[in-house]
Amino acid sequence: MASILTNLFDGVAYGMLLFVLACGLAVTLGLMNFVNLAHGAFAMAGGYICAVLVNNSGWPFFAALPLAFVGSALIGIALERTLYRHLYSRSHLDQVLFSIGLVFMSVAAVDYIMGSSRVFIKLPAALEGQIDLFGVGIGRYRLMIVVICGLLTLALQLILAKTRFGSRLRAAVDDPRAASGLGINVPQVFAFTFAFGCGLAGLGGALSAEILGLDPYFPLKFMIYFLIVVTVGGSSSITGPFLASLLLGIADVAGKYYVPKVGPFVIYTVMIVILLWRPNGLFGRTAAR
Amino acid sequence: MFNRRKMLLWGAASAVLPGLCASVPARAEDAVKIGLILPMTGGQASTGKQIDNAIKLYMQQKGDTVAGKKIEIILKDDAAVPDNTKRLAQELIVNDKVNFIAGFGVTPAALAAAPLATQAKIPEVVMAAGTSIITERSPYIVRTSFTLAQSSTIIGDWAVKNGIKKVATLTSDYAPGNDALTFFKQHFTAGGGEIVEEVKVPLANPDFAPFLQRMKDAKPDAMFVFVPAGQGGNFMKQYAERGLDKSGIKVIGPGDVMDDDLLNNMGDAALGAVTAHLYSAAHPSQMNKDFVAAYKKAFGNRPGFMAVSGYDGIHLIYEALKKTGGATDGDKLIEAMKGMKWESPRGPISIDPETRDIVQNIYIRKVEKVDGELYNVEFATFEAVKDSGKTKK
Repeated sequence: MASILTNLFDGVAYGMLLFVLACGLAVTLGLMNFVNLAHGAFAMAGGYICAVLVNNSGWPFFAALPLAFVGSALIGIALERTLYRHLYSRSHLDQVLFSIGLVFMSVAAVDYIMGSSRVFIKLPAALEGQIDLFGVGIGRYRLMIVVICGLLTLALQLILAKTRFGSRLRAAVDDPRAASGLGINVPQVFAFTFAFGCGLAGLGGALSAEILGLDPYFPLKFMIYFLIVVTVGGSSSITGPFLASLLLGIADVAGKYYVPKVGPFVIYTVMIVILLWRPNGLFGRTAAR
Repeated sequence: MFNRRKMLLWGAASAVLPGLCASVPARAEDAVKIGLILPMTGGQASTGKQIDNAIKLYMQQKGDTVAGKKIEIILKDDAAVPDNTKRLAQELIVNDKVNFIAGFGVTPAALAAAPLATQAKIPEVVMAAGTSIITERSPYIVRTSFTLAQSSTIIGDWAVKNGIKKVATLTSDYAPGNDALTFFKQHFTAGGGEIVEEVKVPLANPDFAPFLQRMKDAKPDAMFVFVPAGQGGNFMKQYAERGLDKSGIKVIGPGDVMDDDLLNNMGDAALGAVTAHLYSAAHPSQMNKDFVAAYKKAFGNRPGFMAVSGYDGIHLIYEALKKTGGATDGDKLIEAMKGMKWESPRGPISIDPETRDIVQNIYIRKVEKVDGELYNVEFATFEAVKDSGKTKK
C-alpha cells in the first residue's frame, strides 16, 4: 500500500516537472501557432544558469531558481526579437527547420563552453532524503517540485483567466487582426508570452537537473516528452497540458514499477490511445486551425 | 582572372618546392603515423578527451621519436558513430597511409574498423571499447582497456564470499549492460548467490525513481548496478534520496559507474559503493601518483580509467616499435606486442599472447573521502585477470 502511494507521489512530481518544462511550448505552439522545437534549449539554458550560479558563484539554490527563470526569459526575448518574429508568418516546415537548427547550435555551444559531462546542482541539505509520512516515503526534493509547480499552475490559470493581460492574450490569439484593430499591441503581447514561456522552461530545466540529469543533449533528449505533453493535452488551454502531464507522469512511473519490462513503452501507448480517441488531444479544439 | 591564375601557380609552387628542396630521403619513411579515432564530440566525448589527453601527456614525457622514427598522431572525431569510424579508418589507411589505427570509444566503432585492419594488415589498438568479442574480429586487434567480463565476474565472486546473498540487479538495456549482467549472474549464482529482482532500464532513461522503488521493495542485501558513465551520478543521488543507503542496500558493480571523472560530482551519496575495476586514481603506487600529478597539472582534472587505457595504448605502440627496430610491418608489430608485460599506472599488466587482449589486476574498491575528495580506495586485489568472456570457449 505504502509503495503505491509513494509511486503515485513520484508520478505526480514527475508530471508536474514535465508540465513546467512543456507549458511554455503549449503557449507557443497552441496559442501562437508557432512550432518551436528549440523549447528544450531554453530549459537547458535555465539549468546551466542555475548550475553555474550555485556551483561556481556559491549562490543559494532558492535564489538561483528565479534567476534561471529570468535568464532564460531574457535569452528568449532576445531571440524572439531578432530571429523568431521573422518566422511567425512562415510555413510550419520553415519553423521546424529553423528551430531544430537552433537546437543543434545550442547543443554544440553548451558542449563547447561547459563540456559534455553531466552537471549537478549542489542542493541544500534540507532538500535531500525522504520524509516518512504515515509510512509513505516522500522525497523532499520531489515535494518541493510539487509545491512550486502547483503554485505556478494556479498563478498561470489566474493570469490567463482573470487579468487584463490574459484577456489581451486570448484576444490576440483568437483573432490577431481584430485584436490589433482594438488597439492591442499584438507583437508585444506575443513577445512577452514567448519570453514567459521560455522563463518557465528555464525554471523547469533548473528543477529537473536533479531528476532528469543536465547535459548538452538535454534539448534533444526531452523534445519528444514535451511534444507528447502538448499533443496529448491539446494546446488550447493550460488545463489540458497540465492534466496530460500528470497522466503521463503517473502512467510512466506506474508502468516502470509494475511492469518494468514494458515500462518504457507505457508513455507512448497512452499517447497513441488518447490520440486515437481524441485526435486533437484531451482538450483540443475540434476545428483545427 | 590573371591574378587568380597567378595565385594558383604560386600556391602550387610553394606547395611543391619545399618538398623538392628538402633533403632527399623522404620524410614519410622516417615517420610513423598513428590514426587516432575517438569520440571528441557527442555523449561519449569525455572518453575521447581523456584518451587524447593521456596520449599527449605520454608523448610530452617520452618524446615523439622512437627507434629513430618520428611519431605523428592524426586525430579524427567519429562521435562514436560506427559509420563515421569506418569511413575515417578507411581515409586514414588509404590517404594518410597510417601505420596504426587506435582509439575506439565504443564497441560498434571498434568492430566497424576491424575488417579494415585485417585487410590493410595494420595493428588496431583498442583503447576504450569493452565487449569481449572485439579482439576475435581481427588478428590485428590488440586491446589495452578492459573487458566488462573482467570486472563483472570479479565483483560476482567477491560478493558471494563477502556475505552478500540476495542481489537485485539494475542494468541499462544495451550491449555492455547486458554483458555485465550476464557475467555477474554466472559467477554470483554459481557461488550460491540469489538474484531476487532483475530490472533492465532503457538506455535513455530520464528518471530512476520507479525502478529504485522496486529495488527497495525487493529488500536485497545489495544491488548490482551498471549504467552508462554519465548516468551514474543521477543514479547515486536518487539512490540516496530514496533512502536506500539507510535501508542497508549496498551498491556493487563494475567500476565504470564510479568513474574517477565523475565521482566527485556525485556527492556523498556515492560513499560506500563497492565496485571492481582496473584502475583508480587512488591506486597507491608511486608511478600512479606521478601519473595523476602530471595529468592534473596538464589538464586540470583527474585521470580516469579511459585515460590510463590511452596511456598504456600509446606505450604499447612505442614498445612494439622499439622491439621491431622501427619496422612498421603489421605482422611483426603484432608479434612484438603479444606477451608484452609492463608496469602501468594501474598496476602490472600484459598482453595475452593468445587473445591479444589485456591481462590485468582487478581491484575491489570502496568509495571513500580522502582529503575532502571522493576516491575509489582499493582494498582487495584479484591478480592477472584474463577476459573470461573468451577463456570460457
